[in-house]
Amino acid sequence: MKRILAILVEDRPGVLTRVSGLFSRRGYNIKNIAVGPTMEPGISRMTVTVEADPLTVEQIVKQLNKLVNVLKVNDLTDETSVERELMLIKVKAEPGRRSEIQQVAATFRAKIIDISPDSMIIEVTGEEQKLQAFLLMMQEFGIKEIVSTGSVSLLRGSKVTRELRA
Amino acid sequence: MVLACLEKENVDVVFGFPGGAVLTLYDEIYKMGKRHILTRHEQGAAHAADGYARVTGKPGVVIATSGPGATNLVTGIATAYMDSVPLVAITGQVATPFIGTDAFQEADITGITLPITKHNYLVKDIGELPWILKEAFFIANTGRKGPVLIDLPKDIQAQEGEFDYPDRLEISTYKPIYEGHLGQIARACTAVKEAKKPLIYAGGGVASSGAHEEMLAFSQKTRIPVTTTLMGMGSIPYEYELFLGMPGMHGTYAANNAINEADLLLAMGVRFDDRVTGKLDTFAPNAQIIHIDIDPAEIGKNVLADIPIVGDVKRVLAEMLKRVQPGDTEMWCKKVVDWKKNYPLRYRQESNNCLKPQFVIEELCRLTAGEAIVTTDVGQHQMWAAQYYRLKSPRRLISSGGLGTMGFGLPAAIGAQVAFPEKVVLCIAGDGSFQMNSQELATAVKYDLPVKIAIINNQYLGMVRQWQKLFYGGRYSHTNLAGGPDFVRLAEAYGARGFRVASPGEVEETVKIALNTPGPVVIDFQVDPEEDVMPMVAPNTSIVEMIGGEER
Ligand SMILES: Cc1ncc(C[n+]2csc(CCOP(=O)(O)OP(=O)(O)O)c2C)c(N)n1
Ligand SMILES: [Mg+2]
Repeated sequence: MKRILAILVEDRPGVLTRVSGLFSRRGYNIKNIAVGPTMEPGISRMTVTVEADPLTVEQIVKQLNKLVNVLKVNDLTDETSVERELMLIKVKAEPGRRSEIQQVAATFRAKIIDISPDSMIIEVTGEEQKLQAFLLMMQEFGIKEIVSTGSVSLLRGSKVTRELRA
Repeated sequence: MVLACLEKENVDVVFGFPGGAVLTLYDEIYKMGKRHILTRHEQGAAHAADGYARVTGKPGVVIATSGPGATNLVTGIATAYMDSVPLVAITGQVATPFIGTDAFQEADITGITLPITKHNYLVKDIGELPWILKEAFFIANTGRKGPVLIDLPKDIQAQEGEFDYPDRLEISTYKPIYEGHLGQIARACTAVKEAKKPLIYAGGGVASSGAHEEMLAFSQKTRIPVTTTLMGMGSIPYEYELFLGMPGMHGTYAANNAINEADLLLAMGVRFDDRVTGKLDTFAPNAQIIHIDIDPAEIGKNVLADIPIVGDVKRVLAEMLKRVQPGDTEMWCKKVVDWKKNYPLRYRQESNNCLKPQFVIEELCRLTAGEAIVTTDVGQHQMWAAQYYRLKSPRRLISSGGLGTMGFGLPAAIGAQVAFPEKVVLCIAGDGSFQMNSQELATAVKYDLPVKIAIINNQYLGMVRQWQKLFYGGRYSHTNLAGGPDFVRLAEAYGARGFRVASPGEVEETVKIALNTPGPVVIDFQVDPEEDVMPMVAPNTSIVEMIGGEER
């Protein structure tokens, strides 16, 4: 089962290693991980997507909480939250197929951000499923390269992660 | 600066080994006359600090230089980590401008010890040092205890800085929970009242939180029998009528069967280790489980608890003692006490035949009135020590339980003897294990530490031989140690006394002489090489499927 964890950490050297090391040595699988600053200076937020059953997730959360630099861990999966991932896709685009690609991109509200004689770079954001669907469409034209941020997630409404019960 | 911090933390002794990256620190030690025990190997220093911590309950402190000095600590740190022992390790590091350049004697020790420390630090500024040291001691010795490492670059050691040691400490990201949830405690008390076949299963957490008196009182008040793990040995007096001995792979018939039949298991400061549980889904199949532990991550890790209580065992038990009412357990108590009587731990010592290791340990126990501090190595002799040394109090069996580190016994005995110069410290060593840190005999002699070392010399890596015999068709691949050193002469070469005992008749007299000899003494007990630790539960089977341990 896919779970999204929001982890607030102190911004200290090595903290990413501490968190990712914990996942690997205890045999938990990270699907993706995104790290960025928060509004509070000195505190970063990691969003980690894992594939695990509920008991394992509970154990992961407890183990993360034991790390001294970890401030708070929340499982956002069951909360109503919005999730986004940004992906850049370099796709083959001979002049004859450009408009076709543009149409598909428009449907997904993706943006074309670079064009060269035989390729394009497209920027698309959304939940994982949407990105997967878009990728499938792009395969038809020939994908040369992709890069993505990993998903990030926030609670809906006015609640913020720090206020959630651990 | 470091030394000033150690003073503030009331550290009376440090263990260590110098080198290029800690020259400044050692110069401070020299100038301030700090008590320092120089071992002959950094691993020895780490185990000695660990032994010191286990017997006193205070954090042990160990110092090593960068690179090889630091990596030599690794086994010691991992040993302390697995057994939740408070340890502060201070390592030298190459000067900050050289970090990351593969400089001479550089090793990324914070990276290396990340998975085996509770926390670690690389100091980058002298101004950070006071709070880092304060935090290190605080983290090592609170909550679930454990080792903390501080890596201190050479240039920073040499810097002058303002010494502003914090009196108090608040770490917003680190808040151990001590008080148990009252609702859960009430539920637990109800379960105790209703249970017909309750059992206490207690581990290292009981000794570590100092809950042994509460536990005995609880057992007496509720009439609930007790089994303790290797790490919990001594938390309940061996002679207590409802004490069933150790559970698990080399546990007693009574303890394992009690777990199997219990309708309520009160797990206290334990982590349901595989050496205790055997095949997990056959463990305590009939029991509701109350799990008390200070580490929330232990609860539900291996076994799901029906009533989880996160908190310090001592405080939780004190709270439960106020409220609990005994259930009706007399039938059950009678049953387990009968098991204990009818299926005791057994061996046979013929009067003139070859010496049995169990007999040696029983004699050692008798001749030290069960009051020695006993350290062990790892292997068969360790299990026999747990089975046959009848402890009266906690913090007296000092053994590497979680990591199972051969070579732990002698340096740990040194640490224990440094802590308690007047007490009898007995190291029950294996002939294989002893050779992993025998260089520390030099340390014992140098500081005139009167540790008594009983080598249970079966000329084998006995525990491995036992598995080869039982599960690998008797193919003794590389476990024969015959022809090994003459331990008596080895002891003498170091300036210690050495004795040899090869028959049962000589045991008493030699042990008495050894106990009355000042300074370190080695006794080479030449025991039956064929003896196995019994009973035994094959790995990954149910703990009631025991080999050996038949009815008397
Ligand atoms: C450092 C280390 N290496 C290997 C082992 C695996 N091991 C466990 S018990 C044992 C045999 C120990 O032999 P000895 O010290 O003579 O004790 P005995 O079992 O004979 O009493 C070995 C090799 C270990 N526990 N620790
Ligand atoms: Mg041996």
